Amino acid sequence: MAEKFDAIVVGAGPAGNAAAYTMAKAGLSVLQLERGETPGTKNVQGAILYADALERIIPDFRDDAPLERHVIEQRMWVLDEKSFIGTNYRSDAFNSDQPNRYTILRAPFDKWFSGKVKEAGALVICETTVTELIQEGKKVIGVRTDREGGDIYADVVILADGVNSLLAKKAGFHGELEAKNVALAVKEIHFLPEEVVQSRFNIKGNEGVVIEIAGAVTHGMVGTAFLYTNKESITLGIGCLLSDFKKAGIAPYTLLEELKAHPAIAPLIEGGEMKEYAAHLIPEGGYKAVPTLYGEGWMIAGDSAGLVNAVHREGSNLAMTSGRLAAETVIALKERELACTALHLARYKTALDDSFVMKDLRKYKELPDILHGNPHFFSVYPQLLNRAAHTMLMVDGQDKHSKEKTIRGSFVQQRSLWGLVGDAYRMWRATR
Amino acid sequence: MIKIEEKLFQNRYRVDEGRPHIQISNPQVCVDDCKTQSCTFVCPAGCYVVDEKHEVTLTTDGCLECGTCRVICSEHHNVDWSYPRGGHGILFKFG
Repeated sequence: MAEKFDAIVVGAGPAGNAAAYTMAKAGLSVLQLERGETPGTKNVQGAILYADALERIIPDFRDDAPLERHVIEQRMWVLDEKSFIGTNYRSDAFNSDQPNRYTILRAPFDKWFSGKVKEAGALVICETTVTELIQEGKKVIGVRTDREGGDIYADVVILADGVNSLLAKKAGFHGELEAKNVALAVKEIHFLPEEVVQSRFNIKGNEGVVIEIAGAVTHGMVGTAFLYTNKESITLGIGCLLSDFKKAGIAPYTLLEELKAHPAIAPLIEGGEMKEYAAHLIPEGGYKAVPTLYGEGWMIAGDSAGLVNAVHREGSNLAMTSGRLAAETVIALKERELACTALHLARYKTALDDSFVMKDLRKYKELPDILHGNPHFFSVYPQLLNRAAHTMLMVDGQDKHSKEKTIRGSFVQQRSLWGLVGDAYRMWRATR
Repeated sequence: MIKIEEKLFQNRYRVDEGRPHIQISNPQVCVDDCKTQSCTFVCPAGCYVVDEKHEVTLTTDGCLECGTCRVICSEHHNVDWSYPRGGHGILFKFG
């Protein structure tokens, strides 16, 4: 196979599919390589699809994409051992013709997206693992696969091979992930009849509810849990920083079992049939952990480039956007008959910097460090909030003024007055 | 005690018989140098098991291909990690 393509895309997740689709649609010769049996079989996400990023690539995706439910209600729960305190935001405005976010299942969704990539004219080859990049000096000129005679050449290679990013690592473009910059999430999918999902979450038709969860279930580790409603199933999972897992000595599936048994969660999944258990790493190092994004003949996008906004639980939209921007960079160079040198591919970085992707990551660039240094955000505060609610809501003969004093006392005792002020300042600084 | 096997039983795999995609580079390092042996509890598929002689054995059949073991072995870099051959390993039905 001594063929040469305009571009090779490694991986058929959101970043790779966005890149391959965009380039193929513009008439470029594109080869996309995927190691799974079909696109999606290696991919794991919660999963929430943010419509905007996909709309900019496939405006009419709603016509045939396999979407589960459009989200009309977001709950945020802070758990203690037996209780939770939380907020809900539910709006009928989310029931528009063009809903803003959906729950999806990645295996069918990625397969659908890949179908669009093929329709656009890209050659998609599955069951093929790319083992390394072929370089001529510093310049990437192609990829080596695990198939016989598997060397393939292209003017540019877009790396969208996921969080582990083995290819860029092997080529020396960046180093190994640090345990403090990556979260390990585990999740299960539980199937229930559609009517049961609807009645348990007070929803009709394809309306959906998502619950984001923090507190006691992470044992004080930096992390969160989630529960998403799908058409006939519920996905729930929990993730914490790998460095915290290592320190705490707790198995991730132990946390998942505790989450499922929590009195706030158990009734929601009761009677469900568990049909899959998955695990995945999420790059959460943020802005400071983003590696070099391009070089001679290559660009990197999505999870492999660490493009995840952990604060807002956004990743696939950053992936699709970065894949699209990488593709548009190649298209612009082809139009002007310019080579894919690092000098020219720098436009990709500029485009990312000008987009919400890097703007959002920059906004929260201090947050990972602050959370590492202040684990009480995940342990002390959830407990204090729940106990405060409990104190106020127990009608037990004690007057309200004394109750308030008890609550204030509990906060000051746990964190001291200066501790509280400092925490407020740190959170403000980290998120402003 | 949670039986991880029961969870993994729900998953679909195409195991590449006799060609494990992950290997412990030097098993003696796990015994002599690694105090935490954190792979034996952090691996979400329970692929790493420690015995009474502190030896760590790895069985990759249930591997979820997440990369955790490689990342946490940061002091010893003792995990030789690659993806399975194309089409093999975990095949997510829902993802």
